[in-house]
Amino acid sequence: MSTPAGDEEDTSPALIGRRPVETATLAILLAFAALMAWDNWRTGITWESSGPRAGYFPFYVALILAGACLYGLGIEVIRRAQPDDIFVRRNQFKRVLQVLVPTLVFVPATQWLGLYVASFVLVAGFMVWVGRLKPWVSVVTALVFSVAMFVTFEVAFDVIMPKGPLEHLLGY
Amino acid sequence: MEALGLLLYGFKVLLTWKTIALMLVGLTLGIFVGVLPGLGGPNGVAILLPLTFSMDPTSAIVMLSCIYWGALFGGAITSILFNIPGEAWSVATTFDGYPMAQKGQAAEALTAAFTSSFIGSLVAVLLITFLAPRIADFALRFGPPEFFAVYLLTFCSFVGLGKEEKHKTIISMAFGLLLAGIGMDTVSGQLRMTFGTNELLRGVNFLVAVIGLFGISEILLTMEERLALRGHSARISLKVVWSVWRDLPKYWATLLRSSAIGCWLGITPGGAIAASFMGYNIAKRMSKDKESFGTGRIEGVFAPETAAHASGTSALLPMLALGIPGSGTAAILLGGLMVWGLNPGPMLFVEHKEFVWGLIASMYLGNVVGLVMVLTTVPLFAAVLRVPFAAIAPMIVVSCAIGAFAIQNAMFDIWLMVLFGVVGYVFKKIGIPMAPLTLALVLGSRAEDSFRLSMIGAGGDLKVFWSNGLVGTITTLALVLLFWPLIARITAGLQKRSTPTP
Repeated sequence: MSTPAGDEEDTSPALIGRRPVETATLAILLAFAALMAWDNWRTGITWESSGPRAGYFPFYVALILAGACLYGLGIEVIRRAQPDDIFVRRNQFKRVLQVLVPTLVFVPATQWLGLYVASFVLVAGFMVWVGRLKPWVSVVTALVFSVAMFVTFEVAFDVIMPKGPLEHLLGY
Repeated sequence: MEALGLLLYGFKVLLTWKTIALMLVGLTLGIFVGVLPGLGGPNGVAILLPLTFSMDPTSAIVMLSCIYWGALFGGAITSILFNIPGEAWSVATTFDGYPMAQKGQAAEALTAAFTSSFIGSLVAVLLITFLAPRIADFALRFGPPEFFAVYLLTFCSFVGLGKEEKHKTIISMAFGLLLAGIGMDTVSGQLRMTFGTNELLRGVNFLVAVIGLFGISEILLTMEERLALRGHSARISLKVVWSVWRDLPKYWATLLRSSAIGCWLGITPGGAIAASFMGYNIAKRMSKDKESFGTGRIEGVFAPETAAHASGTSALLPMLALGIPGSGTAAILLGGLMVWGLNPGPMLFVEHKEFVWGLIASMYLGNVVGLVMVLTTVPLFAAVLRVPFAAIAPMIVVSCAIGAFAIQNAMFDIWLMVLFGVVGYVFKKIGIPMAPLTLALVLGSRAEDSFRLSMIGAGGDLKVFWSNGLVGTITTLALVLLFWPLIARITAGLQKRSTPTP
């Protein structure tokens, strides 16, 4: 793989440990469980003549989720003296962002440009700026890929995708 | 034999130019995703599922199952040539496969892997052919309590038998069940957990979640690890194939043992990974020459590959007969069945004969054609691995987005997919297993429905789950499995006390 960082072993400083991430995740899931339990309680968790009401089953599932999260948080508190593992190193996270950020830009772009044009931009851009590949190779690859996707989904399999100005110009 | 007649009927359904063409396309795509780093069976099937939306169910399932076979075959290529397991269950294949490649025997190792995958799947398909109709027939007598008991058994066995920390398995499962419950309640028609938004009315689509959890998160993880690919090249000649096949009878015991282990673990959920390791370890233990394992022994490739593929294939048995997937990929195929308007479960064998037997026949045919294809095209697919990841990553993101959007034509689903990608990334890194979440998402509403229907039938009495021998046995078994770690610890403690220490 040709990311700019090269090929040597990754020894960049740790960005964050596993414990804070795990604690935060469990806390978020706990909050999610509480929210869901509350909403289901509002919907109705009691029994009526035709059986349990709509909130009954998910309410208890939310309680189970909350219980398991509390247990997990408890364990983290007990083990707090033990050394922590690394969740992600700085360079590693940089590489994760290199793909996550373009993806987050790509999603709204599909609405304005249409999916196929947005894919062309994403693939070509990623290959040039992240992969440091030759621009003409990147553009040709991205073009071939986008056209192939268009032909496969739009023409051959009739799967409708968001379209933009270019597709309208071509009469699709 | 009734099954044979039906199987012949299945082949008749299958043998049209269109289905054969779809089969070849499916196999090619499957091997392709299997070879790509960071993508494997479940991800490949999830991403390519939208291709099949506009097809009739039989063509669709044939293509999808061929994608699956292809991905299974493709996984072996990366394990052996590049020492990168395409899937967790290919890990054991790298132990002896990669050393063989280093010794210049890549072609032998690949032939051994492909052949043993073929044998393992074949044994499992035979099992499916003869056993699945019987189980389905038996399950026709199931009412809601029996179905709920079987779902409970599936969930409990994940918690009790899984290798992960128990509370994390429970978190994953409960999270999935909650997500599955969002939207309109199927029994009363009431809305729940939607918080007044229109987007959540439809609920969280299972496939959208899966594409994010497997596809996007896998890309994030692969980027983070920055795979450095240093692989061996290989070309398989007929001479090599022949020499490996000529030696096959010598390893009949290993092959048979691994097939049996695989079939057994495949039917019980979450077994393919365990099966490959168990197949490898038992072959090693039974061998006269234990030391040579890990240095490039052909048996060390035969054993895990046969077991993994027998288990990957037999995981489809409970899916077809009971509507309960035995693996992540089976769960995605099950999601596909629902998209095409089929109701998985025992009624499938009665109502959609052509579909079921077409699928089973395609397993035979797909395997044979797949074997021939991989043996002849290895150099081509090995070259795929030399394509820079910077080109592959954005293409996978695009395919995932297409997949997520196509399911319900909703922009919201693409956002949801990205969100699930991040969730999957974090979950994998902190050790929350993905399989229970997938299973809960796909089975959630069915489990709830069967629970509520049994409760309505019994007037709210929980004793209904012990109301007859069958349902009572399954429910009890489920509870035993749930508390299995505890029970095992207690019995071990008792044994220690009763036997005096030497």
